[in-house]
Amino acid sequence: MILRAAAAVFVKDLRTEWRTRVALNALLLFAFSVLILVGYAVGPTRLALEDRPIVNSVLLWIVLFFSAMTGLSRAFVNEEETGTASALRLSAPPAAVFLGKLLGNLALLGVVMALVVPLFLALMSFGIAAPGLFLAILAFGAIGLASASTFIAAIVAKTAAKGALFAVLATPLLLPPLVAAVTGTRIAATEPELAAGLDAVRLLFAFDGIMITASFLLFDAVWRE
Amino acid sequence: MKVLGSVGKVVLGVGMAVILWAAFLYAHPAESFIGESSRIVFFHVPTAWISALAFLLAAWHSALYLKTRKIERDDAAASAARLGVLFCVLATVTGSLFAKVMWNSYWNWDPRQTSIVLLLLVYGAYLGLRQAIEEPERRATLSAAYALVAFATVPFLMFAVPRMYASLHPDTVINARGKVEMSPDIKLVFFTSMIAFTALFAWMYALDVKATRLVRRLEERADGGHTA
Repeated sequence: MILRAAAAVFVKDLRTEWRTRVALNALLLFAFSVLILVGYAVGPTRLALEDRPIVNSVLLWIVLFFSAMTGLSRAFVNEEETGTASALRLSAPPAAVFLGKLLGNLALLGVVMALVVPLFLALMSFGIAAPGLFLAILAFGAIGLASASTFIAAIVAKTAAKGALFAVLATPLLLPPLVAAVTGTRIAATEPELAAGLDAVRLLFAFDGIMITASFLLFDAVWRE
Repeated sequence: MKVLGSVGKVVLGVGMAVILWAAFLYAHPAESFIGESSRIVFFHVPTAWISALAFLLAAWHSALYLKTRKIERDDAAASAARLGVLFCVLATVTGSLFAKVMWNSYWNWDPRQTSIVLLLLVYGAYLGLRQAIEEPERRATLSAAYALVAFATVPFLMFAVPRMYASLHPDTVINARGKVEMSPDIKLVFFTSMIAFTALFAWMYALDVKATRLVRRLEERADGGHTA
């Protein structure tokens, strides 16, 4: 029941997003602009060999994090601005709304990552020694970014200063998983063995679990406000 | 609510003065610390403990607000978070002074320093959120939800992360061996200081809750007719 309603919310969001593609275009344009800035200013050869893994990991996650901050708040801000939030409140249970929006944000972030990450690796000549670990870090990192963003978006949609507040509220919550993601990416770039980066994956997994559980428990109160 | 009577205030004031004297003149410096640096334990640990207690209180009152929808709970949560940030700043600064003496730099991104600065950011954002919302009920609900999500990541920051990575921080009072490793004179001053700081916090907290409530009532009266 809830899963079916969540799927309906997800499909509705995909459909409305596909009509205008505002969020997708904003995220992609932002990510590409920053990518070009980084590629031009830093480039593949300007870093000392031993600095490359850590600097490239930090830059990659900065690009992904700020892209998430520019586009992911639309999930709820849009509903409040167009006045469709009340209709959604009547037609779907809160848990389904949250799950649908989370999946929508995850899909959006997934598309952006699928385009931006390979391009980043190519532009910076950033080699990955453990692709499996790298993919795991990217996946759990994306879930962490999307879950925290979705919940914070629901909060800021109810306030007057939506855009400014979104980054302020989301950043401190996202710092621990981002630090773990950067560490994990650096390890994936240098250590071919999967086991070396398991601590980072575990930390990300724990954060994702806590964040999603807490969001489900608290979303009801925020959504009905 | 009155936490301390006039006798209690006098006892606390004299007690704090005695602790200040004892911390610098009665207790001996602990072994294996540079110079007199161990004395900061009498101030650093109580402030860190109070900030943890305050954030716990903020989460507790936030949860109760969402359950009961009594706006007084929101006053209590806001006051606790404000005082928590204050004591968290004090713990950060005292810790940083200790770091300068022991490790020769004020800031070196020790896991403890990193986690306390994240805590400051989280609760700074919480207070920022409160300022951005005018309407009291809406402010109460949204900030309670944020406080609880933030609190879900706090155990993560305060307990899990610092213990996962190697830290230069001296062993905590609650340590793996399960006993307090201090000489008797240090132990006496330390626990007296913990009690005195807790009493001070209780007093400040009661005052701040009262002030918050009065400010909210005044705002409501200025808005006209809206009674809680």
